[in-house]
Amino acid sequence: MVTVEEKSAASIPAAVDVAYLHGATKSYGAHRALDEVSLTLRAGEVVALLGPNGAGKTTAIKLLLGLLGPDAGEARVFGGNPRDAATRTRIGAMLQVARVPETLKVREYLDLFRSYYPTPLPVEHIVRVAGLAGIEDRLFSQLSGGQKQRLLFALAICGDPDLVFLDEPTLGMDIESRHGLWQQVRDLAARGKTVLLTTHYLEEADSLANRIVVINKGTVIAEGTPAQIKSRVSGRTIKCVTSLDEDLLRRLPGVTSIEVKHGTTVVRCGEVEDAVRQMLALDTGLHSLEISSPALEDAFLALTKGE
Amino acid sequence: MTTMTVAPRFPLYRKEAKYEFLRLLRARTFTLATIGFPVMFYLLFGVVNSRGHEVLSASKYLMATYAIFGLVGCSLFGISVTLSNERNLGWLEVKQASPMPAPAYLLAKLLTAFAFATIIFGLLLTLGLTLGHVTITGTEIRNLALTILGGVLPFASMGLMLAMVVPPQAAPGILNLIYLPMSFCSGLWMPVSVLPHWLQTAAPIWPTYHLSQIALGGIGFEMRGTLAGHIAALAGFTVLMLGLAIVLFRRNATAS
Repeated sequence: MVTVEEKSAASIPAAVDVAYLHGATKSYGAHRALDEVSLTLRAGEVVALLGPNGAGKTTAIKLLLGLLGPDAGEARVFGGNPRDAATRTRIGAMLQVARVPETLKVREYLDLFRSYYPTPLPVEHIVRVAGLAGIEDRLFSQLSGGQKQRLLFALAICGDPDLVFLDEPTLGMDIESRHGLWQQVRDLAARGKTVLLTTHYLEEADSLANRIVVINKGTVIAEGTPAQIKSRVSGRTIKCVTSLDEDLLRRLPGVTSIEVKHGTTVVRCGEVEDAVRQMLALDTGLHSLEISSPALEDAFLALTKGE
Repeated sequence: MTTMTVAPRFPLYRKEAKYEFLRLLRARTFTLATIGFPVMFYLLFGVVNSRGHEVLSASKYLMATYAIFGLVGCSLFGISVTLSNERNLGWLEVKQASPMPAPAYLLAKLLTAFAFATIIFGLLLTLGLTLGHVTITGTEIRNLALTILGGVLPFASMGLMLAMVVPPQAAPGILNLIYLPMSFCSGLWMPVSVLPHWLQTAAPIWPTYHLSQIALGGIGFEMRGTLAGHIAALAGFTVLMLGLAIVLFRRNATAS
């Protein structure tokens, strides 16, 4: 085994950088959207850029796509300027679009975008992969929110690009579409493609990414594998209506904070199962129980507080 | 790098133009307004007013001026409203992030304006020859067709410039506030000579006035001013609009 590994390590060069931001700064007027952000994408990697709205995720993607120029620092893709036509044929992008021309059919959009690339994927392949079978002859205006997103995904991959940018790809998708898209991202990675996706769902980043870059207010605040990131954002939230008082709750195992709002008690806790078991035993009248993983905003609090 | 690094150009440009045309043709509000209005106005004011077989009839005059009214509409709305929407609501960025060459995008919009102008002219000519009893020679038809096609350029440039300043939601309203008064004041709806005197004096400030005078001169009506003067005015207007469009585009690019 050792020899095999050594051999492959020798024959395959160390993971190649396909794109990077180096010290990239970008301001909109007085608002600094990105502040000296450095970010590297290596070949075959799925990287999740995770952050709340307004964190600078979309700006980072736009710099890498050459849609915006950095005020300072550098954006490089395949060793070149992302604005070069030859570079762009190796890139696909799914961006957040408020409005798409509505009177073209799915099939026509595919035909159009395939014509932009030298070696596009076959239409049947794109239709199957993006889950567009049966709706090829529908106008864009007749698609559901999830179908629109899937078409935008299809346009991103139709040129068989080596590097795919997905900006909030699952926004507005139902669970089935979302999981379908996750599978497509995994398939892209399996075919050696590099993917950068932005999301504000911790779960999405966790499920897809080899590496997560957490970004907030224009700076990178954490970076690592999903396991490394999650270890810094432990704890879940218990929400319920209970007569138990705060002092008692505070003594339950793993409880980190308690908040009572409009009669609802919110408990943040490391060992949710144990705490809930005890709470139910202590208060038989407890009701409206909900348990949730930390919202990203909470995760940020945890991440920024830890530093 | 061993094979093609970019897509073949011709099919790309052709498809870009084809789908720009198709999507506007299918957008009913656009086709109803840009094709429907000139045709309806022509039926109401041109065909109804046609008396016998005069050579220089009102229906012949209005056939030319409503064709111009139509080309201005489809150039302004087809370019401004679509471009303003696409710039401000994200679609243009999707295309810019793709390897689509920018000239293909602009050429598609220009060719689409040509196509709609041709459709409108074809309809008005058919109505004029049949219901409007218009007498027109082959040379005059050719003159008029060339004027219509050439006239797309200044108004497409104007559409491009306006797309840089008008916000997408307000675009149709703002464009109508320019388009309709300009059409009236430059004699597209009724001859300049029947307008109030001060409007007649001011008429040369409107690019539509110069285009309509070229068109009318080409089909046997008396032209106010000279052909060279009108062409110079339209060329100057086109250069001004394109220049402004470039300046505004750069200003917007640095502002964002």
